[in-house]
Amino acid sequence: MDDLLKDFLTETSESIATLDLELVKLEQNPNDPDILSNIFRLVHTIKGTCGFLGLPRLEHLAHAGENVLGKFRDKELEVTPEAVDIILASIDRIKSHLSYIEQNEKESPVGDDEDLISALNAMTEGKSQTAVEGPSKVEQPPLAKALAENSAPEPDEFGFVPVRAGDMAAMEENMSGTKNEQPSAAQENSKALLAVKAQDEQNKTTVTTSVADQSIRVNVDQLEILMTTVSELVLTRNQLLQILRGEKDSAFSSPLQRLNQVTSELQEGVMKTRMQPIGNAWAKLPRIVRDLSHELNKKIELQMLGAETELDRQVLELIKDPLTHMVRNSADHGIEMPAARIQAGKREIGTITLNAYHEGGHIVIDIIDDGRGLPASKIRAKILEKGLATESELANMSEQQILQFIFKPGFSTADSVTSVSGRGVGMDVVKTNVEKIGGTVDFKSVAGKGSSFSIKIPLTLAIVSALVVECQNERFAIPQISVVELVQASPTSEHRVELINETPVLRLRNRLLPLVSLRKTLKLGEENIQANGNAFIVVVQCGNATLGIIVDRVFDTEEIVVKPVTPILRSIDAFSGNTILGDGSVIMILDLNAIVARAGNMTSHIEQSSASSTATSLHNGAKQSLLLFRAGEGTQKAVPLSLVARLEEIDRKTIEYSEGSPMVQYRGKLMPLIPAIADEKISTEGSQAVLVFADKEKHMGLMVDEILDIVEERLQVDLSARRPGTLGTSIIAGKATDVLDAAYYLSQCSQSWFGEDGESFEGDKVHRVLLVDDSPFFRNLLTPLLTVAGYEVTAVETAQEALKLQEDGAAFDAIVSDIEMPGMNGFDFVAALRAGETKWSKLPIFAMSSHATPRDLERGRQAGFTDYVAKFNREGLLNALQETLKQGGING
Amino acid sequence: MANLPVSSTSRELSSVGDETTQNMFVTMTIANQVFGIPVLKVQDVLGPQRIAHVPLAPPEVLGSLNLRGRIVTAVDVRTRLGLSPCDRKQSMSVVVDHSGELYSLVVDKVGEVMSLPTSDFERNPSTLDPRWAEVSEGIYRLQGNLLVVLDVPRLLRLEQARAA
Repeated sequence: MDDLLKDFLTETSESIATLDLELVKLEQNPNDPDILSNIFRLVHTIKGTCGFLGLPRLEHLAHAGENVLGKFRDKELEVTPEAVDIILASIDRIKSHLSYIEQNEKESPVGDDEDLISALNAMTEGKSQTAVEGPSKVEQPPLAKALAENSAPEPDEFGFVPVRAGDMAAMEENMSGTKNEQPSAAQENSKALLAVKAQDEQNKTTVTTSVADQSIRVNVDQLEILMTTVSELVLTRNQLLQILRGEKDSAFSSPLQRLNQVTSELQEGVMKTRMQPIGNAWAKLPRIVRDLSHELNKKIELQMLGAETELDRQVLELIKDPLTHMVRNSADHGIEMPAARIQAGKREIGTITLNAYHEGGHIVIDIIDDGRGLPASKIRAKILEKGLATESELANMSEQQILQFIFKPGFSTADSVTSVSGRGVGMDVVKTNVEKIGGTVDFKSVAGKGSSFSIKIPLTLAIVSALVVECQNERFAIPQISVVELVQASPTSEHRVELINETPVLRLRNRLLPLVSLRKTLKLGEENIQANGNAFIVVVQCGNATLGIIVDRVFDTEEIVVKPVTPILRSIDAFSGNTILGDGSVIMILDLNAIVARAGNMTSHIEQSSASSTATSLHNGAKQSLLLFRAGEGTQKAVPLSLVARLEEIDRKTIEYSEGSPMVQYRGKLMPLIPAIADEKISTEGSQAVLVFADKEKHMGLMVDEILDIVEERLQVDLSARRPGTLGTSIIAGKATDVLDAAYYLSQCSQSWFGEDGESFEGDKVHRVLLVDDSPFFRNLLTPLLTVAGYEVTAVETAQEALKLQEDGAAFDAIVSDIEMPGMNGFDFVAALRAGETKWSKLPIFAMSSHATPRDLERGRQAGFTDYVAKFNREGLLNALQETLKQGGING
Repeated sequence: MANLPVSSTSRELSSVGDETTQNMFVTMTIANQVFGIPVLKVQDVLGPQRIAHVPLAPPEVLGSLNLRGRIVTAVDVRTRLGLSPCDRKQSMSVVVDHSGELYSLVVDKVGEVMSLPTSDFERNPSTLDPRWAEVSEGIYRLQGNLLVVLDVPRLLRLEQARAA
């Protein structure tokens, strides 16, 4: 039955029941305005809804009734028993219509209600008419006694939810603890219920009363209280069991075991009363999808699998809106127009599939569409437009990371704001809502094939399984849902904690796992991994990021009852709640998302730590992480770790050749492989270590013999390069090491790989430019200009400020300076720089002035400017910068 | 906040003149100053407790403790008043209910229950340290010393204390 109709029937039958009562009251107190207006309101609502649903007969009848009631209310008509009779007769007629609609989903075509309507109209006009014909001419099946049984078991406006009698009975049994001993009457009732249901199936037209009798309405609040009480009982049980563990042979052990069992059953029973099939949350979706497909002229089919999967009412409520939103998104953004689908060789009708299932204590809901997938290019453009990331940042991100931006606030890729989506409230809200209930959102998207979102949520919010960990003698709970694995790190084992610029990372199965120090994040003390060497790493999944949390000890998993944090501590976002453990101690439950946010380093950042250019990192003198490897004979080789996107071991059998060049299928694309040592034969057996360099969406693999180590060293190239591919030789970890010129290898890849966009890999290196100009106008004009051109711009107002930066050790690749400035002018500034013995003295410095006469140019060059550009000549400035930096190359 | 419906007597707290009206207070001392909380607000009086530290919490919050299966937040009244932190080994505390949540107010010592006539009640002197004035409902003149009536809801408004 249509949902709207179902809702209408439920609601109206409740109204009618109230009406009956109120009318009788009205007869007794004909002049009570409250009763009258209440009745009027009820009838008015019925009329309105009927009109909306297209039930003309009901509407007319209700309308006539409303007229009379209006007159009553306005005291234009006197309330007489005759009048009430007619109204009651109309109500009875409405009831019979309702029951017909309930069974046939449409109004009875037979007969009309003229008799009643004319009687009512006559009364409205002031004529008294007592003769009312008997029962209506509608074909009347037996009146449905319980509309509620057909209604969805959602809480209604009064906050009630129907509870299956079976569940309640089961709970009662648990409470009395007799379930196993004797079959109770309740069980038999349940059986009877089943029998009734079966019978129902056979003969749908017969409405039985027994089902309704088996259900009682319980206020949701009552259930909440029951749940809380049971939670407390569970806690107490846990405490008792904890004590029992300490005692060997206790007289309590057997009754406690029994208590344990009964409590568990009770808990389960109460949970069941709160469980509802997820189909309830989906109930409105077919209608939404249908309307959408009409509105958008698309053909969409909605498949719903696992609608019977049950989950907690509370969770269900919270998941409803996100789900609706995601289905809308799929219909609006995902599914293409029918013509486009046919062109793409797909079925004309797009499919959105909802699939819900249990997976290890969680419910997983997949929303899959076979549309066009997420448009990475559009998302990129949007990111830039919204200023969520810069071009160069994007250049260093994998496609997956770029797609993640759909979860950022204010992000929407819909071209125009349709009524459907594109209002900018979108996936970020979905993500927040899901995370609020301890769930995660994951997605995969294949361009042209479709996208698949997966929401993983806990079955219930009240009791969760958590891993108890210790840090600085304090214990914390980590929700088990997020825990992927536990790793024990020690200096001697293969898993050891290493530091990249004091950021700890863990080598785990050939990947670097970023680590978060709980100690530091919670300000418990300073992390000193080197000293204790041994650390336990809890590997957690947090959103799409995987990272490790460093803790001192790991205890076991416990079922905990989540209690909200007291209001005065709610401003601390690091905790999602607190709980009492079995031993009676109070511990905080960590909110991993907040912990990670506090630690301030999402995996995506670390994993890529953005391929900041060799140029920038090579000569700044600071320590940096270097990846040491062996390739060919001779010295070990190194490459800045920041350039390496990933380390991979590939099976040599998977290496394919295209025009003689080796390549491998990598993440759904072909990745060219370049041997670190030219002309080296590639064997066809075993596995090949590959350093993956990423540029935008393209990858290149550098084949090496063996990955040795990651070290942190100040990189000083001692011997300049004698052969291509090497920047020079440096002493790293006490050994002479060839420092690899990544750019050389990247350029070996044919132009089609890296030159497609008209910008080479080299061009993507972020050059840092210092802009000195006293005019805010020009600073505001040039900063974005240079930023868009791919430079990292620092703008200062005066030459003094710029010199201060020099003292502070800031590093730049070029300086753009105004000439006329208050205080120190541009000529003096450049002279000061050139005179110095700092890194800045050799930098290319560009003068920029509105005076651009040949004499000025000459004077500028003499003062030490590399070039002299007229203000407003943006092209000239950009060209000059580009030319100079290109010539200067890596060594600036 | 003075007219919290605690009891019929405390509602008349500020009505002066009726010398027979008595208010019952649990008294406690912090740095030799006597404080009082209306007895009906007090749920428990505790000795030194095992308090679990809550990282990142404001300095006034000592942590949380388990009181018969309920989580109680311990607030150091000394810190709240701008005094040096309490001695955890010796301090006692008074457990109060504030909007359904339990708080344990940690003080130096909890004394007796006193019944005080409203005629001895006075408003805060205008010169009182603002930090104290904020949490004080008024002063009772006792024989020999003064009793500061603590305004529990204000005492627990930590955010504002920090913002101030």
